Amino acid sequence: MKSRAQLLAMQIAVAVVGIALWYALTTYPVFGHIVLPPFFFSNPVDVAAQIVAWFATGVIWKHLWVTLEESILAFVIGSCGGVMVGFWFARQPRTAAVFDPYVKMVNALPRVVLAPIFTLWLGLGIWSKVALGVTLVFFIVFFNVYQGVKEVSPTVLANARMLGMNERQLMRHVYWPSALSWMFSSLHTSVGFAVVGAVVGEYLGSAAGLGYLIQQAEGVFDVAGVFAGMFVLAAFVIVIDTVVSVVEKRLLVWRPVVEDR
Amino acid sequence: MPEGETTAAVALGDVSVAFRLAGDGRYTAVERASLRVADGEFVAIVGPTGCGKSTLLNVAAGLVPPSSGSVDVFGSPLAALNRQAGYLFQADALFPWKTALENVAIGLETAGTPQGEARPRAQDWLKRVGLGTFGDRYPHMLSGGQRKRVGLAQVLIRDPKILLMDEPFGPLDAQTRQIMGNLLLDLWSADRKAVLFVTHDLEEAIALSDRVVIMSAGPAARIIGDWKVPLTRPRDIGEVKLDRVFNELHREIWHRLKTEVIKGYAQAEGGV
Repeated sequence: MKSRAQLLAMQIAVAVVGIALWYALTTYPVFGHIVLPPFFFSNPVDVAAQIVAWFATGVIWKHLWVTLEESILAFVIGSCGGVMVGFWFARQPRTAAVFDPYVKMVNALPRVVLAPIFTLWLGLGIWSKVALGVTLVFFIVFFNVYQGVKEVSPTVLANARMLGMNERQLMRHVYWPSALSWMFSSLHTSVGFAVVGAVVGEYLGSAAGLGYLIQQAEGVFDVAGVFAGMFVLAAFVIVIDTVVSVVEKRLLVWRPVVEDR
Repeated sequence: MPEGETTAAVALGDVSVAFRLAGDGRYTAVERASLRVADGEFVAIVGPTGCGKSTLLNVAAGLVPPSSGSVDVFGSPLAALNRQAGYLFQADALFPWKTALENVAIGLETAGTPQGEARPRAQDWLKRVGLGTFGDRYPHMLSGGQRKRVGLAQVLIRDPKILLMDEPFGPLDAQTRQIMGNLLLDLWSADRKAVLFVTHDLEEAIALSDRVVIMSAGPAARIIGDWKVPLTRPRDIGEVKLDRVFNELHREIWHRLKTEVIKGYAQAEGGV
């Protein structure tokens, strides 16, 4: 318990020192000149004022909501697609072999280049961002589900058959849980990529969202706005990540816990 | 059945099993093995490591089709999986995402027993293998011996006519093996199923079974010996090993087995 409090104190100390340095270097001249010019680096007070102003006026909620909505949609659609195709390919090796080069090709493509096309096809609304997120989430889930179905222990499979399971029951009691466990173990990555897809999409062209907020601030050299947007985004991701951790713990209760220190 | 006696639970007739290796090679694991297990009989197969004992068991289970020869289960030829048999595997075979109770109940549920009926029966079986209070544990929370107990309950709850066991207690420590052996005999004596028990431990084989069958070193392993075990039941695994009859039989079988074990090692070291 004591070590935990100590750890927290040290973590806070890092933030305090960092912010203090940032403030000092942007405000007080060292040997006659300011090391971090406020025009490029803003300063903690302005950034905090901007964040407070966003929350006080309530404008931020709309943007947060849009980004959240896009992330969730991207995650859900990408995951469903990944699970279905992953299952399909794993159970039909021939289909998988046929599509293999194309899967690799699309996966190798940096997804950002697709953003303008999605904007062209789907407009400036949320769906072009969702589409970008889906292309990122889909492949992570797809590869994991594929692996999960392929790597079912042969002994467990033989046991299931000896216990009288038919093809449908094997699906439900063996392949499906195995695939899901692999998918859940990549939950942090796939949720993270859903947010990346949404924010990058917004940044490249949109009318709302955290990416839009940052891009707007940048357009008018409002560095305080850019930093404020980054901090809100970071907090947003941490909150989502915490939720994912809780969900993961509930879903993978049957897994051995790796001793973490 | 040449002698026209009662139908055997499992009858292997001149069974050979060959596997195709990568490339053009073929590996003959078992060659012309014949074995009859009568209903209610406990037969142990002993042989050096890698002699194809498990392969023979998989043939009886219907998991591996023989390259030639016949497999009959209660008089009718085995076409696919052996539905009359329960199989206790050497490696961990429990479903890691199911609790102990769910693992035991699943064999009934797949056969169409409603959950409300299967669960209490599974709980009952957990109690019989000494894990009555462990129903909500997942396999990773159980020790190796406890997992084997769950495995035993998982197989026996379906009341198979034939029990196939592939070195089930191999990974356990000596004390746990002895306890598990006694538990197995205890459960088995309640309704005497036909048992085919594969092991590399001759002492375990004699202590448990009615008959001990010896296989030669692979490849192309054959059955080279068959001994009746004239020990009375019920037995206690620990005590029976002190019996004079046990020791004489052990010496006799070991004399035959030893040469095969040495051969097995020589082949393993020769890189065959």
